Amino acid sequence: MPGALSSFRICDFTGQLAGAGATKWLSSFGAEVIRIEDPVRQGRWDILRGVPPFVDERRGIEMGGGFNNHNTDKLGITLNLRTERGKELLTRLIEVSDVVSENFAKGVLERWGFGYDRLREIKPDIIYVSNCGFGHEGPYSDFKSWGPIAQAVSGLTFASGLPGEEPAGWGYSYMDHTGAYYMAMAILLALLHRQRTGEGQWVDLACTDAAVTLNGPALLDWTVNGRPLRREGSPHSNRNQWPAMAPHGIYPSQGDDDWVAIACRDQRDWQALADAIAADWCRDSRFADLPGRLAAQDALDTHLGAWTRERSKYATEAVLLEAGVPVAPVQKPEERIDLDSSTGDFSLWPTVRHTEMGDVRVDGQPAHFSKTDWQMERGAPCLGEYTDEVLTRVLGLEAEELVRLREEGVL
Amino acid sequence: MSALTGVRVIELANDPIAWAGKLLADMGADVILVEPPEGDRARGYGPFVDDEPGDDRSLYWWHYHTSKRSVTLDLDDPGDADRFRALLGTADVLLEAEPRHRLAALGFDYDDLTAIRADIVHVSVTPYGRNDPKSDRPFTDLTVMAAGGPVWSCGYDDHSLPPVRGPQQGYHTASHFAVLSTLTALLHRGVSGEGQFIDVSMHAACNVTTEAASYSWLVARQTVERQTGRHAAVNPSSETQQRCADGRHANTGVPPRTPDEFGRLLKWLRETGLEDELPEAVFLEMGAEWDGPFDLSRIGRDDAVTAIFGAGREAMKLIASRLPAQDFFVGCQRAGLAAGAVNAPEEAFEDEHFKARGIQVEVEHEDLGRTVRYPGAPYRMTGSPWRILRRAPRLGEHNDEVLGGL
Repeated sequence: MPGALSSFRICDFTGQLAGAGATKWLSSFGAEVIRIEDPVRQGRWDILRGVPPFVDERRGIEMGGGFNNHNTDKLGITLNLRTERGKELLTRLIEVSDVVSENFAKGVLERWGFGYDRLREIKPDIIYVSNCGFGHEGPYSDFKSWGPIAQAVSGLTFASGLPGEEPAGWGYSYMDHTGAYYMAMAILLALLHRQRTGEGQWVDLACTDAAVTLNGPALLDWTVNGRPLRREGSPHSNRNQWPAMAPHGIYPSQGDDDWVAIACRDQRDWQALADAIAADWCRDSRFADLPGRLAAQDALDTHLGAWTRERSKYATEAVLLEAGVPVAPVQKPEERIDLDSSTGDFSLWPTVRHTEMGDVRVDGQPAHFSKTDWQMERGAPCLGEYTDEVLTRVLGLEAEELVRLREEGVL
Repeated sequence: MSALTGVRVIELANDPIAWAGKLLADMGADVILVEPPEGDRARGYGPFVDDEPGDDRSLYWWHYHTSKRSVTLDLDDPGDADRFRALLGTADVLLEAEPRHRLAALGFDYDDLTAIRADIVHVSVTPYGRNDPKSDRPFTDLTVMAAGGPVWSCGYDDHSLPPVRGPQQGYHTASHFAVLSTLTALLHRGVSGEGQFIDVSMHAACNVTTEAASYSWLVARQTVERQTGRHAAVNPSSETQQRCADGRHANTGVPPRTPDEFGRLLKWLRETGLEDELPEAVFLEMGAEWDGPFDLSRIGRDDAVTAIFGAGREAMKLIASRLPAQDFFVGCQRAGLAAGAVNAPEEAFEDEHFKARGIQVEVEHEDLGRTVRYPGAPYRMTGSPWRILRRAPRLGEHNDEVLGGL
């Protein structure tokens, strides 16, 4: 079945999550993503190739579980760009590609002789999307970054935390995921622009720029009201200022490190919660209306936390769902992946076949298309797994040429 | 010309998709926000201009609805339903987060829409997808993120403290997938001429935005545990957040891993005059003079390698504790090592780098006689620039120009 993006070919240098996550969206909708890796360093620029989790006791560059997760259905080839012949083959590949994508440090592609000006010479309507922590222009453009640094510098780490404590930040690279989403959006936007105008372009994507925009209301509170988020008692990100809600938080439950999230959106939710709990404190006059509950939120949280602590998170969920109040257990990976049927029913964890690892479950896409839905079948490519196939089919090379190129260290 | 010039999007005003609509509108789509006659509830969310609530004073509203136009329609009213039908006839995309049976009951679900506009792209965003009864449950950004995985991974080493939600990012994540879906479907329509229905699940969107939390379970049935200011992990990892001399924090990032990096760290340690305070400095010297690359798998098993890498981390922490966070960040980066200051959002916004990249854009609020600085482009598209076309609309501000022309 042809996919939504089957007519597009991506000449892809991305890696890690911030880049590879972007072209994973494209490959899952049928784009031909040709992932180019360095045979000399055995693709180790992408550190995820060889790091845990592992499916079994085997180790090495074909066994990284994260690498497999982010590179499904891509065609991995090797090209040694230190050689003239390697550069020539890359040039020919760019000639027949729609997009060149990369998330190297600034200047790497340029040093190889494939900066945007050269890319345009090779193919005038090429779309070039670069993605790095601080972008290709600006005072910090030479600085190094990865998810936690992008989150720290942009304000996201600070915004996540409890009062009186240091920043909690993000327990994963939220901005590698999200930077990848913006990179994929940029590629799709540029393709749409080209579809309508025939023009290519360069997109200078900086994960940190995208991250700064994700704190919008706090920024307008700063620019309009002069109120910083760095102030006494702030932030308290388990609460909700905008819109104001109380109670709103994450409360302890019975069980091993078990927690439950509860939010009362309005007076009706509060009344329903109070009726369901039916304790004396629910009738405390301080809690009668929203301004009162906001002012006495610490006391309210103490009472509610004492109630949730007496039961399991799923028991609390059952009681409050019955009352029509927003509630959800803080789910652990096993709970949301294998025990909560919702994700499986949504076909969220497809099994792909990796040449070395065998069958492995991966993250699917959280959207289903009625006519051209995504598909994931093959795991991440082993190093150079599709070199012969791509160079033969796409560039028309003969078998004996491939042998020679391999002998010369080009592949 | 912007990338989406000429693409008309009908957005049924609703919190979870407000960000998606803005991303499309700021790229040039003609996003028409359909609100009930009394207005979308988010018009009443704080913060407010000068802290005074009132019509068109919600900064939340201002932020999420730039570049859009507003019309008011009561979809339960037959006359307005006819106008809505006519409006859909001009639409390329319907973007909505309605309760899952509502549009069918009104006669505006995808199958009805194709009779009005055969090639429409209909993007639905619900908590668990259109086919899951759990989508009928009440929800907020907090409950979506708690059930969907991000919350489990975030918080503190001290597990007596609750895990932490990064504010409003559940709706943002759902919106990111709504935008990716919209753009993908439009590209397909450009090639094939056909539209389609797209079912986005907020729960699923969060589930696939947790990095190793999901794939450690999927691949190896391992569970990550939250840690302060750094990745949740199956096995505890070293601290990476340090309180600096000015009380702010820094992320000490990736400690040195190559002889060259150890050499540069040692040089910086000397420049800051702190070498004497770090007994382990001798191991930095060993690291700098190490012959060839390190075998990282020997950390913890080989005394010399373990000491060298431990000294790298200690040196970073020591310098961070003695400098203001910004000086540590810039100094570390100038030494070629990845690190970051933990900025508050407003500090990032005022930072020289982000300003140079154009993160501050001015938007005219002619009705209040003031110009307001907004966050700028998430991506720098050189051929089809992002821009805020206009301030967020007043309620029904475009009724005449949009509905009058149908």
